[in-house]
Amino acid sequence: MMAVENAIITHGHADHARIGHQNVLATQNTIDIMKIRYGDKCAGSFQSIEYHKPLKINNLNFTFFPAGHILGSAQILIETKNSRLLITGDYKTSPDSSCQSYELVECDQLITEATFGLPVFQHPKPENEIKKILKAFEKNDTKTYIIGAYALGKSQRVIKLLRDAGYDETIYLHGSQLKICDYYISQGINLGNLEPVSYKKSEDFEGKIVIAPPSALKDKWSRRFSDPVICYASGWMSIKQRAKQSLVEIPLIISDHCDWNELITTIKSCKTKSVWVTHGREDALVHWCKSNNINAEPLYMQGREEE
Amino acid sequence: MKTFSSLLEKLLFTPSRNRKKSALKEYIANTPDPDRGYALAAITGDFKVKNITASFYHELIKDQVDYELFKMSYDYVGDLAETISLIWPVKSVKIQDELSLHAFINLINENSKSEQKKIILDLMNKSNANERWSIIKLTTGGFRIGVSAKLVKLALAEYGNKNIEDIERIWHGLSYPYLNLFEWLENKSFKPKIKFSDMFHPMMLAHPINEEKDFNKLKPSDFFAELKWDGIRVQLVLDYKNKKVYSRTGDEISQSFPDIVSNINGNAVLDGELLVGRKFEALPFNFLQKRLNRKKPSKKIINEIPAFVKLYDILFENGNDLRDLPLSKRRYILSNWLKLNPSECLDISKIIDFKDWNDLKQIKIESTEKFNQEGLMIKSKNSVYLSGRPRGLWFKWKKNPLFLDTILMYAQRGHGKRSSYYSDFTFGVLNDNAIVPIGKAYFGFTNEELKKLDNWVRKNTINRFGPVREVKKELVLEIAFDSINESKRHKSGLALRFPRIHRIRWDKPTNETDYLKDIKKAFF
Repeated sequence: MMAVENAIITHGHADHARIGHQNVLATQNTIDIMKIRYGDKCAGSFQSIEYHKPLKINNLNFTFFPAGHILGSAQILIETKNSRLLITGDYKTSPDSSCQSYELVECDQLITEATFGLPVFQHPKPENEIKKILKAFEKNDTKTYIIGAYALGKSQRVIKLLRDAGYDETIYLHGSQLKICDYYISQGINLGNLEPVSYKKSEDFEGKIVIAPPSALKDKWSRRFSDPVICYASGWMSIKQRAKQSLVEIPLIISDHCDWNELITTIKSCKTKSVWVTHGREDALVHWCKSNNINAEPLYMQGREEE
Repeated sequence: MKTFSSLLEKLLFTPSRNRKKSALKEYIANTPDPDRGYALAAITGDFKVKNITASFYHELIKDQVDYELFKMSYDYVGDLAETISLIWPVKSVKIQDELSLHAFINLINENSKSEQKKIILDLMNKSNANERWSIIKLTTGGFRIGVSAKLVKLALAEYGNKNIEDIERIWHGLSYPYLNLFEWLENKSFKPKIKFSDMFHPMMLAHPINEEKDFNKLKPSDFFAELKWDGIRVQLVLDYKNKKVYSRTGDEISQSFPDIVSNINGNAVLDGELLVGRKFEALPFNFLQKRLNRKKPSKKIINEIPAFVKLYDILFENGNDLRDLPLSKRRYILSNWLKLNPSECLDISKIIDFKDWNDLKQIKIESTEKFNQEGLMIKSKNSVYLSGRPRGLWFKWKKNPLFLDTILMYAQRGHGKRSSYYSDFTFGVLNDNAIVPIGKAYFGFTNEELKKLDNWVRKNTINRFGPVREVKKELVLEIAFDSINESKRHKSGLALRFPRIHRIRWDKPTNETDYLKDIKKAFF
């Protein structure tokens, strides 16, 4: 990604929102998140836009719709008089009470992400996945359970899922998770009682849940806990050998992206005539579209790394 | 099938050996016969489903999904069982009765291939992804869940509050689903009676001697010494009907050594070292390697490289278990047995006389340096024959290691307690202006040294490949090893036997380390 004069930003993840643009157009949540993560001066100017309210730029109408990915995430509809182009950004259609719910937008041309664009990805219900931790707790409540989850979005979703499942103890956070959690709380997402890990002793975490970014699980940081149970919340966890390779003991298949069935359902439901596929396994989704008589091409963009 | 697949998943994801063992015990305690026996047999590899191969599942999946999409997915996932279990279209099929593990296995084994297809198709439709994965792994073999047969036996011993040695001694004579074993473990019946003449008996192994600590404690007159032969350890199981050669892991290798099988007779179980050469003069290991892994050796190769066995021990004679007799007594019986059953393929590994440990050291230096022997074995005269590696009874005293100065190239994170440490190291040697890998080592250093190494790796990383880090080629590792061979495993074309990190040479510049061409000159 390059810094540009005018940037329209779908959501706050680092591979979509970078510093140094002159003018940024995004939802207020996304702008807030960018400022929290990169500082108030991470762009020359910010213009916030509400969902559903069209903005006219050069004879094109731009309308943002919730993408259900993280707080403030948006799909962007670009309209001329006789054509509608939808850019999904990162999205998921399954329910998530930690952010605005996805809305289906009909269009003539769809640009969709395909992070999990292979039919092996059929994500189970997150409410059932989170129960794996609570069940492990029932069996052994003297261990420390560390959940690897990305600081923005995944971490808050995991906390919310734990709360919705009835877990109301204090949850401990790696330092990098604090600010975003505070922001989610300020936006009315109830995350319950949270505390930083800071410099407590390892015994203090016995029988507790700790949430940390995945990189910290491999880092010296994790040595403060004696023999913890490593958990990891990610769509990739459905692949056993991959979970095992990351030394994960409780894999939680919790994804903020569409799985295969969500992707093909979206393509069918939005009534598009043509699909450009980007960000992920383009080939398989293009193959599926063509087998179902929908025009499709891979759209190779200056990409990002895997989730 | 559901409890079995939960067990497999649990074992796969639990890194700790102790927690794996607890999971096994829990399963044994809560699962009825004969399911638990089938499950353990599947995990230890004693039981395999016949007729079903990978192509069976390729055929099955073709009817379920777009085969192109399947191929793309398989390419990405890399494991057939995982790909099929994940890609299988989820159907809302009503689950009637849960099929038990043994009922499934019986169904599969009793039916023809087309029936098998129907049964598995039906079961796959009724299962979740993890259960599908277990079904495929169970029928095609190779779980790769990091559970050894030893761990299963330990879990059984703890479950039944029995001595592991008692389980080891009967294990290879039991057959699944082990009903008689469980009855004994649960104190409902006596220890199973086993016909010993037709099975492998777990071997007794030695610890490396610690010259400083052990020799002070051990009384020389309590011990025998003999040469440590550089062949493969074997067990000969003979009665008047069967003659079998087993490797140290219990695999039968009789087929590869018809020259031995046809030349031995008697009713005994013997422990020894298989070697090659004429008139009991052993040739180097390289020659033996030409005889290994050949299912049917030609007459030519048998004539060129004949095999024989140097006998160390006798475990049974005429059906009598001698393992609880002291070694001195067993050796006496062994030499008498060989007099009665002479063979051109059997020789006794001679006992070496020595006065004290210094005397033995001279013998060791002479035999390793002049005659290129592997080293010496030191065995307690009173030792009974136990399975595994019991402490304080048998020792090996290997020849002094060889050394190379190498350069650290890559490091990988370890497992379990070492999971946050870079503890597996790949090192290389200079070859013109490049560095080529020659080996991997993950021990030989202290915990303090590991912390320093880990720190160094983190600070000097130049590239990452998944769990592997490539580091700056600046740290010299002095590697100790037992021997060096030509091998295609590493780019250098050489491989080291038992490499370990002897010293970390923080002080040494990399341009003073060993060159590949010099290493080749020195060792070949």
